[in-house]
Amino acid sequence: MSPPIRFEMRRRTFLVGTASAVVAANIPWRANAQPTSLAGPERSTFTLVVNGEPRELAVDNRTTLLDALREHLQLTGTKKGCDHGQCGACTVNVNGERINSCLSLAVMHQGDEVTTIEGLGTPQQLDPMQQAFFDHDGFQCGYCTPGQICSAKAVLEEIRDNVPSHVTQDLTARIEATDEEIRERMSGNICRCGAYANILEAIHQAAGEPT
Amino acid sequence: MRAFSYERVSAPAQAASRAAEVPGAKFIAGGTNLLDLMKLEIETPVHLIDVSGTGLDSISDTREGGLRIGALVSNTDLAANERVRREYGVLTRALMAGASGQLRNKATTAGNLLQRTRCPYFYDTAMPCNKRAPGTGCAALGQGAFSRQLGIIGTSDACIATHPSDMAVALRVLDAEVETVTPAGASRTIPLDEFYRLPGDTPEIETALMPGEFITAVKLPPPVGGRQAYYKVRDRASYAFALVSVALVRQSDGSGRVALGGVAPQPWRRAQADAALPDGANAVMSRLLDGASPTEENAFKIQLAERTLAGMLAEG
Repeated sequence: MSPPIRFEMRRRTFLVGTASAVVAANIPWRANAQPTSLAGPERSTFTLVVNGEPRELAVDNRTTLLDALREHLQLTGTKKGCDHGQCGACTVNVNGERINSCLSLAVMHQGDEVTTIEGLGTPQQLDPMQQAFFDHDGFQCGYCTPGQICSAKAVLEEIRDNVPSHVTQDLTARIEATDEEIRERMSGNICRCGAYANILEAIHQAAGEPT
Repeated sequence: MRAFSYERVSAPAQAASRAAEVPGAKFIAGGTNLLDLMKLEIETPVHLIDVSGTGLDSISDTREGGLRIGALVSNTDLAANERVRREYGVLTRALMAGASGQLRNKATTAGNLLQRTRCPYFYDTAMPCNKRAPGTGCAALGQGAFSRQLGIIGTSDACIATHPSDMAVALRVLDAEVETVTPAGASRTIPLDEFYRLPGDTPEIETALMPGEFITAVKLPPPVGGRQAYYKVRDRASYAFALVSVALVRQSDGSGRVALGGVAPQPWRRAQADAALPDGANAVMSRLLDGASPTEENAFKIQLAERTLAGMLAEG
């Protein structure tokens, strides 16, 4: 019988900022007061290379890459889901890597190559990953699908580049596109319709593996 | 999000000196945590210094036989690095246990170290929080508070938040050091065990960095060998923060090192607990978690930590 680990349960504390203070102020508690005067302009002008085409933008510094694509370049294929990097609907490819475009400032992408769902294929000639999602019913409502497809393409490249994942058993062996590897690598893309099983089959088809 | 001005810098010393010159300035690199917090107006910088062009994006061997990891190396690139996966496996394992593929591509080494807590009350600006708004109280210790995810040791009456990084837990067990440049242009080295401050009465001060001080690299000593593992227990199998995580380096003679994540405001490691490793999980945890002060909701983490380590030791 092993001895217990000594600890003492913490007592609840009385809040310093009382409930009445909350009501009286009725404003959220923010961080310490910050200076309000800016050290420069609050807008910037820069160029993104979107789906192979240079696009000049003059926008508020606060504009995320997602909002630049959707609101300023009218490329609405990339979706806004949570806007906090949790759902993956905004996934695009920047300089060869998938990222959450909602958690990146457009102004930080001067000269970067951005590929969105609009850059992958056309209705006449779908990208193999788009065709695979179509073939396997890899969606229901379709809202998460552009992010799923952009992410899935990058997942296969990451496996080809032998980038390890949380479920990779041997860090020094060649990594295969197994169900387990694909599921783990797609965990940053949420599908609330629950099309996961078909998404997995679609990715296998695009990987050129038996489904 | 509040308005801000923006500049790019091209050298680390320039980043540090600008940060000291411009009141309310913050560095931005990957931005995955900072932008999230800016959208919620938990962070309200009036000026952003984009440091992504400072060239600190490579991993190199040190003269001592260790590794120097540039501050801007992405979590993906660090985890995939050949030497890291071969000789510092616990670091690859920890990195890959955190976040999602998209986030790891953008998140940097220094940014990972400096990410803020995921305490729900830190995120909820309608609630008191001594870390976000000093002096307002700790809502996590209030009646009926949700503290299941929060800290059990190293915490204080002012704050029971945990540091959320997986990477930092592995770096702690590997005895990493943080290299910085100060606004005056001097470089200094901070051992990771001195990098994170405990909250005490000032939970808003989280690290040993001085205002404007800029992280340039993380240095690893020569490889320690042994069997290395990182086990993360969480509420879902992927893309969630740790309830408890254990970084373990175990030598063939049974000796080794242990650090815990998800339990404290810093990666949690104690020399006397390392020394008890040959005696098993209970011996380690009775030293590592001695004097813990959990809440009723998170007291389970004590047993969970012990059982997690026991499971890892049983696997050999």
